[in-house]
Amino acid sequence: MLLVKSGRLLDPASKTDAVMDVLLDNDKIVEVAAAGKLNGGRDAEIFDAAGLIVTPGFIDLHAHLREPGQENSETIETGTQAAARGGFTAICCMPNTRPVNDCASVTRFILDRAKTAATVRVWPIGAASVGSQGEGIAEIAAMQAAGIVAVSDDGKPIATAKLARSVMEYCRSLDLPVIEHAEDVSLAAGAVMREGVTSTRLGLAGMPAAAESVCVARDVQLAELTGARLHIAHLSARASLEQVRMAKQKNLRVTCEVTPHHFTLIDEDVQYDSRYKMNPPLAASEDRAALLAGLADGTVDAIATDHAPHESALKDVQFDRAPFGITGFETALGLALALVHRGTISLARMVELFTSGPAKVLGMERKISAGGPADLTIFSVDEIWKYDVNTSASKSRNSPFDGQEFKGKVAATVVSGQIVYRSKQH
Amino acid sequence: MTHRFRDLLALEPLNADELIFLLDQSKPFQEIQRHPLKKLATLRGKTVALAFFENSTRTRLSFGTAASRLGADTMNLQAEASSLKKGESLLDTVHTLDAMKPDCLVIRHEASGAAEFVARHLDIPVINAGDGTHEHPSQGLLDALTIRDRKGTIENLNVTILGDIQHSRVARSNLQLLGKFGCRFTLCGPAMWVPRELEKIGPANTPIRRVFRVEEALQDADVVLVLRVQAERLHEPSLSTEDYVLLYQLSAERMRRAKPDAIVLHPGPMNRGIEITPEVADGEQSCVLEQVTNGIAVRMALLFLLASGGLEHDPHPASEVHQQRNRRATDVKDSSNAAR
Repeated sequence: MLLVKSGRLLDPASKTDAVMDVLLDNDKIVEVAAAGKLNGGRDAEIFDAAGLIVTPGFIDLHAHLREPGQENSETIETGTQAAARGGFTAICCMPNTRPVNDCASVTRFILDRAKTAATVRVWPIGAASVGSQGEGIAEIAAMQAAGIVAVSDDGKPIATAKLARSVMEYCRSLDLPVIEHAEDVSLAAGAVMREGVTSTRLGLAGMPAAAESVCVARDVQLAELTGARLHIAHLSARASLEQVRMAKQKNLRVTCEVTPHHFTLIDEDVQYDSRYKMNPPLAASEDRAALLAGLADGTVDAIATDHAPHESALKDVQFDRAPFGITGFETALGLALALVHRGTISLARMVELFTSGPAKVLGMERKISAGGPADLTIFSVDEIWKYDVNTSASKSRNSPFDGQEFKGKVAATVVSGQIVYRSKQH
Repeated sequence: MTHRFRDLLALEPLNADELIFLLDQSKPFQEIQRHPLKKLATLRGKTVALAFFENSTRTRLSFGTAASRLGADTMNLQAEASSLKKGESLLDTVHTLDAMKPDCLVIRHEASGAAEFVARHLDIPVINAGDGTHEHPSQGLLDALTIRDRKGTIENLNVTILGDIQHSRVARSNLQLLGKFGCRFTLCGPAMWVPRELEKIGPANTPIRRVFRVEEALQDADVVLVLRVQAERLHEPSLSTEDYVLLYQLSAERMRRAKPDAIVLHPGPMNRGIEITPEVADGEQSCVLEQVTNGIAVRMALLFLLASGGLEHDPHPASEVHQQRNRRATDVKDSSNAAR
């Protein structure tokens, strides 16, 4: 038994915002009651959450755990430890491992490893096509039986409109979301950042915003054609967001996520430093403004990290040569809280973007109520701390937020009624 | 005058005073190029590493000659022979070079930002000899020196740049340098090679306009910078040569639109008959060969400033030459001079 006492329970899904006690027993919430009402009995472990925010466990729809195949960059063990520090209780891992998670045996391997090594829940995403090569459809039903929660060829788009249509038709019949890394690869060919004044000044090859939005337009129309559940990953461009907004007005089952780095940084922040290289690249300031508006008005469904660790031997090279991606678990809450402190979004909206928002994308529910999953994220909104990448739980160090000061920090992460991470202050 | 240069990675961060300082420092070295004895002992005992990861003939030769005329030894790394072909990382390669203890590293690399990346990891001075499509600072300096010699000033000139500007590090270094002296730029070339963003990359308030008719672009130009058409650097579909010649080739007839005393620069190597006609390339307005000579002077100045580790109040090394004027070659103490 774990009794989380006197925290400010903030749960948009059940419209709760009050100081409450939560009693957890293994994987279920036993009882939620006004502060001071619960004692949990003699053996209950007590976590004093006074002054802290208690929310349903955060879900990250987009992460790369690199296992199997690239364990020098990350493993299921280290990746989930970093996730726990970031307050995430469940993370969806993309299939671009080596081998690609395109069959049930790889899915089972990931889940078996997670059972022994993972600190938080691991929800695999299966490849849409065999080897994510854009030709044959992967064994999606077999992977679904093994435990995938969605399909994606992330790292690249589903190669052709024809294949995307087929995958959407098929996944609709299986009731699985299709997650799209939207990119027109011919427009993006050779590019290492967003096209604009900065790329032109630095002499770095740029891709236009249309490299993303052209593909989003394709997929939204195919979602309309097929009735599939389409989720746009790491959406970065204003024009893409407009497509999603239109789709929602038509009541299509289209959702999208935005990463903390895209709502924080812009292309003008890029230097000859590969920690600013990710795909989609950091966008223009007008794109960021559109993303912030979308986060506030509900067009954006989830904040997802796109945690993409790369060992320094791969990443610490000339900008052109470096792989795309940065780590994200440990800085996500701090960056999102910065939006709350600035008044861009409310605290409740932020919690929604980390909890019920992503849950809905996956067709799940996420709320704190008796009988519900015993996953909680507990954080302060005002603790000042500085991110030191060298103390990260991740195996990799590729974060542009190293040394940055944040206001608000994870105090504890609870998975299945167990405190899997607890900050030194709590 | 003191200087604060540790490296020379780009012209963009330098202010007008610093740029003038570099041009002034090059002046005495220009004189040396006219002297029968061109070799100094200023950098005797010093080693300059020339790391050319991208093929280059003239820039490598120019830096090598500049180093040798200052009395320095050189270490040469060339792309073809380098272990990069065996998969070694850029950082490992330059750390290996660095372990051989050169006093300065001159680097040419196909990745924009490569010089800055390397400089972050090394303690010795780094000179950018061209990084991708970013900058080619010594070229920008030698172009400015050439313009100053011919026009008497680098201020408030009309500068027309012709060609593939998007992929040109030479154009960027020229914009960054001349833009700080009130020059007005007209960029002209095929539209996909002259993106709108170029109008905003110069120093603050630099007038940069795009024009797609070469006749209009040349109107009242003081300086015409013709770029080499570099097929190897293009990601997009390239243009046909016929179209390029038809629309953008600098011919004597087109050149008449420019001011009568306008000058023509080209960073070389030229594709005669493509971006420039032989008549213009060899004509009186062409400064192509002066650019080459000035390149050595500029690079001597850069190596002197960065590789010597010396103090600014030391006598300028070019003063040695004036003393030498009254001596016979055999009297020169530096034996390497005598053994030419």
